[in-house]
Amino acid sequence: MSYRLRVNPIACEAHGMCAELLPERITPDEWGYPLISAEPLPESLLEHARRAAQACPTLALLLERERARS
Amino acid sequence: MAAAGPTAYWYLTRSTGAVALVLLTFATALGVLDLRRWSTPRLPRFVVDSLHRSSSLLAMVFLALHILTSILDGFARISLIDAFVPFAGSYRPFWLGLGALAFDLLVAVTITSLLRQRIGYQGWRAVHWLAYASWPIALLHTFGTGSDIKQAWMLWLSVVCVAIVVGAVLARVLFGWPENRRRRVGALATAGGFSLFLLAWLPGGPLGSDWARRSGTPSSLLAHTHSATNSSGSRR
Repeated sequence: MSYRLRVNPIACEAHGMCAELLPERITPDEWGYPLISAEPLPESLLEHARRAAQACPTLALLLERERARS
Repeated sequence: MAAAGPTAYWYLTRSTGAVALVLLTFATALGVLDLRRWSTPRLPRFVVDSLHRSSSLLAMVFLALHILTSILDGFARISLIDAFVPFAGSYRPFWLGLGALAFDLLVAVTITSLLRQRIGYQGWRAVHWLAYASWPIALLHTFGTGSDIKQAWMLWLSVVCVAIVVGAVLARVLFGWPENRRRRVGALATAGGFSLFLLAWLPGGPLGSDWARRSGTPSSLLAHTHSATNSSGSRR
């Protein structure tokens, strides 16, 4: 089981908190909206990703479970 | 117990009330200041946000202690029901009721914040507006029931608390929040109006003479000065 980060582009208001909390995978674009790296999330980053999703002021960052592709 | 002099609970309920007001002020000011994109390299947004969260939760802990000790003290005969149902008690019903009302609002705000991910953004946000109402209500409760308010330290503490929140509103309205002109004007008018109201009301109200009787302290309690070991004699 792996996890994937996704942004709801309608809810996102570019507060930029996720990029502060998970710089390993999220970088702000020039307007402050998050760009999420396509690299998989290793176990060691999972807790940080969860925290970034919880901290999002508009709950626009989603941490989704992803079934391994067979 | 009423005739036996102040209990430890009595001192605890006053001090925890004062600490809760300070924490609540801090949390409210941080919430107001939590501007979009306001951050510095040394104070990133998530730090401001965590401080807001932690100080709010700590304020709730002190509020719980404040309420528990005021019930246990027994002098004013405040029941557990009075702590949750506003305006029902016998001791300064209106002013104690404001405290209960502020606590109810804050409980709603706290629960929805802890369950934010389940409730969703819109619902959480609608309830979270109540937090703005809870601070002035809690402050009026402080002035209306606080028996230390005539003492310089408590009066100055409260004045500083008002200054912090009004200052935070000014900072937010003047330096941020470019949209919503109507809300900005509304926030300014509310903050200014509340300050003016306090200025007009305090001298003749809680700082004036005979406030204990006028605020609705039962006459049976007014007879006990209950201040034998209380140097200020503030408990009337």
